[in-house]
Amino acid sequence: MSSVILAFVVWAAGSFICVRIAQGPGHDTTAARVAVPVLFGVTILAMWELLVRGLEVSPVILPAPSGIADRFSGSATVLWQDFLQTVLKGALTGYIIGCSIAFLAALAIDRVDFLKRGLLPIGNFVAALPIIGIAPILVSWFGFDWHSKAAVVVVMVFFPMLVNTVQGLADTTQMQRDLMKTYSASYWQSLVKLRLPAALPFIFNGLKISTTLALIGAIVAEYFGSPTRGMGFRISTEVGRLGIDMVWAEITVAAIAGSVFYGLVVLAERGLTFWHPSQRS
Amino acid sequence: MSVIEAKKLELVFQTNDGPVHALTDVNLGIGKGDFVSFIGPSGCGKTTLLRCIAGLETPTGGDLTVNGMTPDEARRSRAYGYVFQAAGLYPWRTIAGNVRLPLEIMGYPKAEMSERVARVLDLVELAGFEKKYPWQLSGGMQQRASIARALAFDADILLMDEPFGALDEIVRDHLNEQLLQLWSRTEKTIAFVTHSIPEAVYLSTRIVVMSPRPGRITDVIESPLPKERPLDIRDSKEFLEIAHRVREGLRAGHAYDE
Repeated sequence: MSSVILAFVVWAAGSFICVRIAQGPGHDTTAARVAVPVLFGVTILAMWELLVRGLEVSPVILPAPSGIADRFSGSATVLWQDFLQTVLKGALTGYIIGCSIAFLAALAIDRVDFLKRGLLPIGNFVAALPIIGIAPILVSWFGFDWHSKAAVVVVMVFFPMLVNTVQGLADTTQMQRDLMKTYSASYWQSLVKLRLPAALPFIFNGLKISTTLALIGAIVAEYFGSPTRGMGFRISTEVGRLGIDMVWAEITVAAIAGSVFYGLVVLAERGLTFWHPSQRS
Repeated sequence: MSVIEAKKLELVFQTNDGPVHALTDVNLGIGKGDFVSFIGPSGCGKTTLLRCIAGLETPTGGDLTVNGMTPDEARRSRAYGYVFQAAGLYPWRTIAGNVRLPLEIMGYPKAEMSERVARVLDLVELAGFEKKYPWQLSGGMQQRASIARALAFDADILLMDEPFGALDEIVRDHLNEQLLQLWSRTEKTIAFVTHSIPEAVYLSTRIVVMSPRPGRITDVIESPLPKERPLDIRDSKEFLEIAHRVREGLRAGHAYDE
């Protein structure tokens, strides 16, 4: 019982300090900006730990953070192997292939009006297919290994990337296009010098949405058959064995990988679209 | 010989509400080194005429030649620089990068590019701002950069579509003065669209008064003002007389009927 009371004391103290920092004189410093979310996270974890212990929650329902951490460090090799299989092989390969194909398709659609009327509806159609339905089919086509997972990811990221790029390529003003015309610029010149830079904010939107989709796609696809490794495989088998702490360890890996993946894309975006009003500081 | 020659020029836009006569029976010759202003109310076709000269619109009737070629051929031989109503600088390029844009497209050698960029930026008094981005400069400076961009390559003709329309009067006066100096130094042929009477009279060797519905030329006024024009020439008797005649021309074209 005392742990439960302590949990609320921790919560009160944590939120009090957070509020004090956020309202204090140094709230605009980098240190404060890092400290507040970190403190908030630590408070949540501490409360979680104390409540699980104090209320004696079964580890099958909700393991304590310390238990998950133990499992995490104890199974580091397995987690790393799953990470390689699912994130680097399945998700990342699919992401690169899918986004590249979508980008090229967007260029073609933009150039040829016939394709705009033909390809966009097909893309739309594919995007509307439930991933749960396609994944087993793709697994039977491309095999149990990561290739079929990459294929699922390709299907998932293709449409958002395509739509964003097509829209971005159309995002120039009449005057900007007229200017290129007065220089009698060729198609490729105005593509490289005007339309692609103008499309970058849209392209990065597509890339950012696709990072999370890629991870989801690669993990879910493993539910429909995979070799005996991979994050999705591990989650589905450990749930069956009531190894919920391992499921949480995999979730932790997925959360970290997803955040880093997204963060890298955001960093690239800041570097390349610094000129856009949304990025100017 | 005329650099720009229009004979019985006509442009009809087909719209859902029926045909719109944007230009009707436009006859005009612009000689080398002229500074010609087109003035008139909205809808009189002055911008459309400029766009026809630039090959951005295609006339539906009559003849139009630029340097003895069709406007489209002239556009492809890069005969003119065009300055739009807004600066239209690309935000991802620095000021120097924006001015270099036409040079890159036209394939100038590298060394010549930087030499030209430096020269035209100097000409519009923007030296020292090469590395700034457009959004870091004021509207007047952006418009000057866009003029530099139009001057960077060797086009003898400068087409300007209300380039100072969005600027306040003080900045506009300053840029008008600079434009005149630039014109006398470079001896370019300039076609200039405006809806400001003082601006038209101050800048031009010839003022073309236009009126709407259908878009047409109602008067062409040769300016007796000397080539050398300080800003206070605008208080002189000749200046006021021309301004008066322009105003009369606008009124005669029923421009202010409503």
